[in-house]
Amino acid sequence: MELSARFRSAVAFAGQYPLLAGADLDVGTGEILVLRGANGAGKTSLLRALAGLLPLFAGEAMVLGLDPTVDARRLRPQVGLLGHHNGLYEELSAEQNVRFAVAAARLPKGRAGEALDRVGLTGRLASVPVAKLSAGQRRRVALAALLARRPPLWLLDEPHAGLDAENRELLDQVLKEVASFGGTVVLASHDERTWDALATRAVTMSGGAVLDGVLPTPEGSGPAMGQAVELRKALEGLEGLPDLPDLPDAPDLPDAPDLPDAPDVHDVHHVHEATGGQLHQAVPEEVTNVA
Amino acid sequence: MWRDAWVIAGKDLRIEARSKVALNQLGPYAIVVLLIFGFAFDQDRPLLTQAAPGLFWVGVVFSGVLAVQRSLGIESADGALDNLRLSRLEPAGIFLGKTVAVALQLVVLELLLAFGVVVLFHSELAGAGLLLASGLVSALGVAAAGVAYATVSSGLRARETLLPLLLVPVLAPIVLSATEAWRSALGLSAADGWRWLGLLSCFTAIYVAGGVVCFGSLMEET
Repeated sequence: MELSARFRSAVAFAGQYPLLAGADLDVGTGEILVLRGANGAGKTSLLRALAGLLPLFAGEAMVLGLDPTVDARRLRPQVGLLGHHNGLYEELSAEQNVRFAVAAARLPKGRAGEALDRVGLTGRLASVPVAKLSAGQRRRVALAALLARRPPLWLLDEPHAGLDAENRELLDQVLKEVASFGGTVVLASHDERTWDALATRAVTMSGGAVLDGVLPTPEGSGPAMGQAVELRKALEGLEGLPDLPDLPDAPDLPDAPDLPDAPDVHDVHHVHEATGGQLHQAVPEEVTNVA
Repeated sequence: MWRDAWVIAGKDLRIEARSKVALNQLGPYAIVVLLIFGFAFDQDRPLLTQAAPGLFWVGVVFSGVLAVQRSLGIESADGALDNLRLSRLEPAGIFLGKTVAVALQLVVLELLLAFGVVVLFHSELAGAGLLLASGLVSALGVAAAGVAYATVSSGLRARETLLPLLLVPVLAPIVLSATEAWRSALGLSAADGWRWLGLLSCFTAIYVAGGVVCFGSLMEET
């Protein structure tokens, strides 16, 4: 499966507080991936890291082929983020808000009208200042702004909050359409209904780590919890940091595959030369995971 | 960059046109500041006339702090700043757009305050060219420094109280040179007001250029 995002041992801080503590995650293109987990598990932080809004302190990351820490400004316009806030201007109307989003994305003006139609904000409702709209209607305006931009990667934090049944259905339809056209959706949700109705895959976060975020590879490598545990130990060794949240229970791992015979030193040098220095790619992943 | 500035300035001015905060709140506040000075110096009318240019610019700076606070406040109120960071708008364009929008609001406030100075302090507005030029240039300087510092403080705790503490000292050169330019224009000083306008323009250019260069980094820190 082609990946839209790949995080390995991602660590991020807010001041001295760890937000991500060795998060491993694969997001396949066209997936609707649901992030589950308790409050404070790191779901919002992971979404912001995927958007290039939260710089990583350590670890590897690739989102839409770009490193979000190095190429954040190139990555961000390709990402749509609907967080706890709607990102709207209360004094402006729904139409003006969506038009501004379109102009800021340097897209044709016509996109705004299409998006507003899609979410059912037409007529008088489109010209009312957002401050006078209900919470659900504001959420629809924010959704229209995202729809108008049509980013390849959608990041949504509790997007169903404040929506009635009809509009939840509308949102689900929109997200399924996005995925069917090759877009990728990552959403954080506490709602079990969302997991069942919408998700092509669900992963669980706890203590800033993703328990089951890595897609199985043909070689059979499972979740890289080993890396997270190692990283956690290293972080715990640093002085002056607050206590880290408890590590989650390790998920059930598939039976470990038989380890290949260890290459001798001469073989390693040979591989190193043959791969032009990309030695880490030649080391079987099973070895890393077992470590 | 200029297109982006136009988009941002248009959005900010549209918000101001709807909310009328500058007209309904900042304007009366600026007039009240002048009135308070008037009460304080009431027994000494000549002193009030002499001090009128300085009091005018103090009023502009006080109102300007609130205007830039409001300008960044509309971005942080509902998380819109993240959307700006996720847009294709250049940071320099965002900075210039917000600066122009705040500067235009300040020009309106200056006109209101000038009227207040004439009525309350009996100043005679002479040297219209110098008054107008220094008014426009200083509005741009106050707005540029204000937007940059409001962005810095918007990500910090106690930003409402921190911004005046950071910004007012930075605006001291603008207040000084604009006051002297106005004193010269009003015939209260023998100094060459156009030279003060030159100094004012230098500081404004520095604040605008600094903001254009640094705004991207400042946005990252918020």
